[in-house]
Amino acid sequence: MITKRIIPCLDVRNARVVKGVNFEGLNDVSSPVELAKFYSENLADELVFYDITASCEERNIFTDILCETARNVFIPLTVGGGINTLDDFDRVLKCGADKVSVNSGAIRNPDLIYQAAKRYGDQCVVLSADIKRVDGEFRVFAKGGREDTGMEAISWIKRCVDNGAGEIVVNSIDTDGVKGGFDIEMLKAVCNAVNVPVIASGGAGCVNDFVTLFDQVPGVDAGLAASIFHFGEVAIPDLKKELKSKGINVRM
Amino acid sequence: MIAIIDYGVGNLFSLKSSFEKIGEKAIVTGDKDELLKADRVILPGVGAFGDAADKLKESGLFEFVKELSKTGKPIMGICLGMQLLFDKGYEYGEHEGLGLIKGEVRPISDVIPKGLKIPHIGWNALKFKKDSKIFKYLNDGDFVYFVHSFYGANCDDSVSAVSEYGAELTASVESGNVYGCQFHPEKSGDTGLKILKAFCEL
Repeated sequence: MITKRIIPCLDVRNARVVKGVNFEGLNDVSSPVELAKFYSENLADELVFYDITASCEERNIFTDILCETARNVFIPLTVGGGINTLDDFDRVLKCGADKVSVNSGAIRNPDLIYQAAKRYGDQCVVLSADIKRVDGEFRVFAKGGREDTGMEAISWIKRCVDNGAGEIVVNSIDTDGVKGGFDIEMLKAVCNAVNVPVIASGGAGCVNDFVTLFDQVPGVDAGLAASIFHFGEVAIPDLKKELKSKGINVRM
Repeated sequence: MIAIIDYGVGNLFSLKSSFEKIGEKAIVTGDKDELLKADRVILPGVGAFGDAADKLKESGLFEFVKELSKTGKPIMGICLGMQLLFDKGYEYGEHEGLGLIKGEVRPISDVIPKGLKIPHIGWNALKFKKDSKIFKYLNDGDFVYFVHSFYGANCDDSVSAVSEYGAELTASVESGNVYGCQFHPEKSGDTGLKILKAFCEL
């Protein structure tokens, strides 16, 4: 059977890896290429590069970093951040990305997912959704979690899957950066609604949070985290050993 | 030297880089002379069977690849490139393949239980069915990375490994000098690089 995937996420700006707590107060961590190599040699199943660049100039730096990474790292690579057009898809795919994740770009232009899926295949298009509870419902947020779109999250995700999104990253703003565990309730709601792979993001603080995730939400395919991996609080080989000992199928 | 066939399908950057990583010179080309000169040839592919087969024909390489296989040069199809080696594909209609591997390409939904997600995407273990030279550096149960919704069917004689996803799905095939991997060796970490290394030593 296919294994549950463990995915480190690298937020990249100015050719460096950064990680925010609740999306604010960024800290410089390390070189993206070196960190990516380290993870691929230490049992990471996949990598996400998130471009949090502000200017076109920086975007070119990001693209160079991506090419350099893809030349050295031979596990699946997903790129997100600043993906608004088919040209953006093209730019990162040519640099060796395997999947492209869209967030605000799909909110602004819902046709983007359909067009990209038609050109590159569903498996290439990942919807990343930043979700927060507002007035008792799951609400989609845009612009890095700063703007409430007013859209209900589950129906938004279903619509994107219908349009060709081949995978969903569920990022809970409510649990992100808090390190108190993944948002089990939110993830269950998404897994019940769609039949494409679901990646849990936001809230991992320790090994046990991953055990709880895969145990309580069997429909989840992968767990994504950033700072706990970057700062060495959780080593992926140890995490996988623990998951395996709990009967969860992982790649060793 | 390795030649990766360029017929306008997919992105070949990672594939080329993976050969460079193991110290093999690789070129991406659609030029027949270059392909004839190469020691080994890779047929890549992503997307749908029919589209890719059409593009191979438009590039004038469909018949050429068949001829090339008769030279005895090792040829490896990867992902959709593996599927194109088959007699036929049933993705959005019926399409003719290269006919280098006996069998046809059918939807995995025909054989896997309902409720399992499609595509079959992620890391899965290889279960060997044959003692294949391209797996000489691997152990049974090693993991490789898959992304596919169709699989090689009725090809028992050529199957060299399978992966279990509610049913045994064809993971790799071989017949003489023709090899195929449903998974992506260039995205399967060290295990994948070991397969490519073994292919380069054929």
